[in-house]
Amino acid sequence: MASAISPALPSPVAPVSRPVGKGGRGAKRVLPGFGLTLGYTVLYLGLIVMIPLSALVFKTFTLSWEQFWVAVTSPRVMASYRLTFGASFLAALVNLFFGLLVAWVLVRYKFPGKKIVDALVDLPFALPTAVAGISLSALLAGNGWIGQYLEPHGIKLAFTPAGVVIALIFIGLPFVVRTVQPVLEDAEKELEEAATSLGATRLQTFMRVILPSIMPALLTGFAMAFARAIGEYGSVIFIAGNMPMISEITPLIIIGKLEQYDFAGATAVALVMLVISFLLLLVINGLQAWQRRHTGMPA
Amino acid sequence: MQAGTTESPLVRWTLISLALLFMFFFLVLPLAAVAAEALRKGFGAYLEALKEPDAWSAIRLTLLTAAIAVPLNLVFGIAAAWAIAKFEFRGKAVLTTLVDLPFAVSPVVAGLIYVLVFGAQGWFGPWLMAHDIKIIFAVPGIVLATVFVTFPFIARELIPLMQAQGTDEEQAAIVLGATGWQTFWRVTLPNIKWGLLYGVILCNARAMGEFGAVSVVSGHIRGQTNTMPLHVEVLYNEYQSVAAFAVASLLAILALVTLVIKSVIEWRHEREMKAIADMPQERPAA
Repeated sequence: MASAISPALPSPVAPVSRPVGKGGRGAKRVLPGFGLTLGYTVLYLGLIVMIPLSALVFKTFTLSWEQFWVAVTSPRVMASYRLTFGASFLAALVNLFFGLLVAWVLVRYKFPGKKIVDALVDLPFALPTAVAGISLSALLAGNGWIGQYLEPHGIKLAFTPAGVVIALIFIGLPFVVRTVQPVLEDAEKELEEAATSLGATRLQTFMRVILPSIMPALLTGFAMAFARAIGEYGSVIFIAGNMPMISEITPLIIIGKLEQYDFAGATAVALVMLVISFLLLLVINGLQAWQRRHTGMPA
Repeated sequence: MQAGTTESPLVRWTLISLALLFMFFFLVLPLAAVAAEALRKGFGAYLEALKEPDAWSAIRLTLLTAAIAVPLNLVFGIAAAWAIAKFEFRGKAVLTTLVDLPFAVSPVVAGLIYVLVFGAQGWFGPWLMAHDIKIIFAVPGIVLATVFVTFPFIARELIPLMQAQGTDEEQAAIVLGATGWQTFWRVTLPNIKWGLLYGVILCNARAMGEFGAVSVVSGHIRGQTNTMPLHVEVLYNEYQSVAAFAVASLLAILALVTLVIKSVIEWRHEREMKAIADMPQERPAA
């Protein structure tokens, strides 16, 4: 079930293979239920996802272009983009390095408690974000377990943009681990042995042989962690302090506008976020296709 | 012993320590903090906090929401996987991407779209108001938002699994005279049961823990439209720290139980795979 670990990984479905020759369309239609299941799938998808999402687009059309532009580029909104994208990028970067490290250690080394550590990696997927949020802010607050040692040195993490980054590191932690882990498991040791016998140091082998082979998986995990972080709300708002222009994330801007009954404004900002997440989804799909070509190459 | 594919013990243990340290700070400490904060004033205060009627109503609402959302997405997941994995049709790649779409959407946006459809200013708002039906700021809206955010969980677990298994066994059953339902219950379901369970527990964990989407549509009416995560927020913002962490601890226990079940399924699956690999080949490969 290696491919099925994370609930938020776009599915590792192979590209559509057109039926060619034998066993094609005719043979498959022996099975019943095609019309029923496809019909239900499309209907349910339409009712739950597509129609409500289209409401977002239609609602935005009630704005003139100028109104839309003002709504999505006001200084306070721009500040929230900078924070959301900046913090998400930083958090995904941290997860890129530590995710690779954790995946490497889990695949290559033996140590006591390894299975528990492996299981614990998925905690951010299972723990409700609100719980993560209050718990992290309790840890980092001035009287918290970690905060009490940092505050005397003038380091404030809770209720600052740095707190946002920390919450987003937590949220995105499993992605890189879970995309890199299966690729490392399948990696062929013969290549590494060959590199060593040709005189490469271990570090050279890692940089020139191992790293290129896991690069697509690494970038996929990075993009997923980034995409997840951009939309994250629950864990961040407890730790961010939510000061306008300083530590206010874009999802919170949407909530704020809704609470002031500014539906059009909320919708406009939401549309920007939706378009960006959709683009990221396409990027991730592209990265996964790259990875399949990469690993699908004949050994 | 360095065989050219491993590092010196010093490097090895440095890397292991670094990884464990990272995991400790980001995963273990937050979990421990939940327990410590919940029990700060002793076990009695902890239990008192959980006995609050508002906490109970939040627990009931969370259970109800999951009890509706998970089965809905289960039926959808099976239907979508059957159509996508067992048949070839035009637009399959697009459909598969669209199934994933709810994962890409921010939870806050997910809540907002239902407000736009069913809210007072929304498409059906006036009609719903005229017929005295409340969806937004009521339980149906909470259920809908939860269904949206947990939409792909079971489908995306089943699609690759059923694709990998192909259609040979089902075709054989049909050719031998089984009906479609019999084929599904007796052939397909036993093959996918672990993947199905896996999807269901992850779907359930998210359904019970969703915060952002539910927060937009709930209206935060205490004792009525607060789920457990929303109740945690209310208590926390009222500086009732022990009570907030007490309710949060229930959610943390849910998360741990989810991880345990998930790991057991994975280990089982690994063992089965190994058993299959170790089996002497009885029949020539197809």
